[in-house]
Amino acid sequence: MSETLDHVASSARTDAPPAILLDKVNKWYGALHVLRDVSLNVALGERVVVCGPSGSGKSTMIRCINRLETHQEGVIKVNGIELSDDVKALDDIRREVGMVFQSFNLFPHLTILENCTLAPIWVRRMPKKEAEALAMEYLTKVRIPEQAKKYPGQLSGGQQQRVAIARALCMKPKIMLFDEPTSALDPEMIKEVLDTMVSLAETGMTMICVTHEMGFARQVADRVVFMDRGEIVEMGTPTQVFETPQTERLKLFLSQILRGH
Amino acid sequence: MSDVTLNAAATVPEAAPRSAPLTEVGLVGWARANLFSGWISTAVTLVLAYFIIRWAIGFVDWAFVNAVWSVPNNQTQACRDARGVGACWAVITEKHRFILFGTYPYEEHWRPALCVLLFVALYVVSAMRRFWRPSLALVWVGVLTLIGLLMWGGVLGMPYVPQERWGGLVITLILATFGLAFAFPLAIVVALGRRSNLPAIKAICVIYVELIRGVPLISLLFMASVMFPLFLPEGMNVDKLLRAQIAIILFAGAYLAEVVRGGLQALPKGQYEAADALGLSYWHKTGFIILPQALRLVIPPLVNTFIGFFKDTSLVLIIGIFDLLTAGKTAIIEPAWQGFGVEVYLTVGAIYFVFCFAMSKYSQSLEAELNRHRVR
Ligand SMILES: Nc1ncnc2c1ncn2[C@@H]1O[C@H](COP(=O)(O)OP(=O)(O)OP(=O)(O)O)[C@@H](O)[C@H]1O
Ligand SMILES: [Mg+2]
Repeated sequence: MSETLDHVASSARTDAPPAILLDKVNKWYGALHVLRDVSLNVALGERVVVCGPSGSGKSTMIRCINRLETHQEGVIKVNGIELSDDVKALDDIRREVGMVFQSFNLFPHLTILENCTLAPIWVRRMPKKEAEALAMEYLTKVRIPEQAKKYPGQLSGGQQQRVAIARALCMKPKIMLFDEPTSALDPEMIKEVLDTMVSLAETGMTMICVTHEMGFARQVADRVVFMDRGEIVEMGTPTQVFETPQTERLKLFLSQILRGH
Repeated sequence: MSDVTLNAAATVPEAAPRSAPLTEVGLVGWARANLFSGWISTAVTLVLAYFIIRWAIGFVDWAFVNAVWSVPNNQTQACRDARGVGACWAVITEKHRFILFGTYPYEEHWRPALCVLLFVALYVVSAMRRFWRPSLALVWVGVLTLIGLLMWGGVLGMPYVPQERWGGLVITLILATFGLAFAFPLAIVVALGRRSNLPAIKAICVIYVELIRGVPLISLLFMASVMFPLFLPEGMNVDKLLRAQIAIILFAGAYLAEVVRGGLQALPKGQYEAADALGLSYWHKTGFIILPQALRLVIPPLVNTFIGFFKDTSLVLIIGIFDLLTAGKTAIIEPAWQGFGVEVYLTVGAIYFVFCFAMSKYSQSLEAELNRHRVR
């Protein structure tokens, strides 16, 4: 299996250096083995969609990439920097990797603008004026510049999630991680967030996105990764994975997803 | 009575889509709904009103109508004659300087009086949000130093007054203000330390909190006043007030730390993760994201603890420090004034109440203002 995986991975963008490299990553929660020999190469500019049943370790995998969780075995490299206990390296990585959460996690006591400028000012040491201009630029890109002075609690879920995307982008990351960004949203708000993500993908951003939105995956993904029980079971282009599933597990999962929609 | 009942029942607009009848709004409407909504409630209202009014009339008679406001040089016969029917406010007229300033030299009373005013001004300024900036810390240092200078004297032609002679309200304010000003930052550090990943720091914080919480404040004060000097080298002497002050800081710190920790624990994990994912350092994360939210959440229990400690400063009486309550107690030791405790304690209680009530009211407005962002 790993042979085919490597083949697909390297065929995507052969010449570009890998933005993210996971090599035989293992992780346990106590006795629970949640990641089993997970290996994945993501090239610069590549868009990867991760799907799989609940509890399969999707969140855990992408949270290991910016070390919100620590892995116990294997190697994770981001932009060539290996994740370890080295604090300096971690700071460098987190600066380059933006993350969007299922539950938005905006800072409720700060305005939308302050949410977006906090990290650029204190982490990137950007002057306040410049950070605010940058924040307004991204808030305009996600089409909510008029909400800048409001607090997160005054916005709808879809608007909050777009702010969360803008907030991450304000750090000018090279890589964006999305953990089910639309699954806490009402159906009518899912589209506005997905549209934002599609336009982000069009800018050539490297993205790893955990989602069950098949339409989105078909539209933007270079590769779809299917995980089950802590393993990467199948991986390939959206057409390969969705049209010609190889394993029973993927077939079962796809039938459940389709029934659900 | 049955009339009222019928009326009340008839005017409850159950399914009526029309606008509420006039009797339902305003003072009349409120009274009808809350005090006279049925015959039981009407009866209870009337009985209670009877007792409240009787008691209020009795109190006014005692406190104002029959009260003795002043007596010529300690001739308390007039007061003793009024015993039971009228208050003897003469004891306050006579002793208020002692209650407020204790045994501080009489001609120098303007100094502690000015200190009390400085304290109040400091509270008022600190309460205003527009002064919440780093320079406020400097104002505190400046004002507290000034208060120390005024109290001790020995400079600018002010005679030196040893600490043993300080007393009254200013002692209460000193103990409470210094106590909370140091205990609060200490509490934040300890609360953060208790959640630290470093086992040594965590252990120190846990031991501190559990040890201090495990003993009564009285025993800490005793230790500070009796045992602590035994450990000091011969000839070295730490001011008694300072020792009590340290005991109070340590005690309040442990309690406040637990309150703050409650706020830290109530914050969703996502807030920590979002801050981490943005690359914020531990101190930026704590200072901008975690503490501002955690402290807002615990304003009510925090102020509750503040108020508790403001009053607990009165426990220093057991080690012979002259705070407001002790001064009040001492004022009526003199044979001429014995037996007028009620008036003195009412006055002292009223002073405590003013400070505590102000704190409570302020915390309510602060809570409303700081949590505006939660309202849609
Ligand atoms: N902090 C934790 N402690 C213990 N077990 C955990 C923890 N976080 C996750 N798990 C377990 O690890 C497994 C993988 O969880 P993970 O959140 O990565 O799944 P997921 O694929 O993201 O699922 P979902 O689609 O529901 O989000 C699950 O069995 C989960 O119960
Ligand atoms: Mg998940």
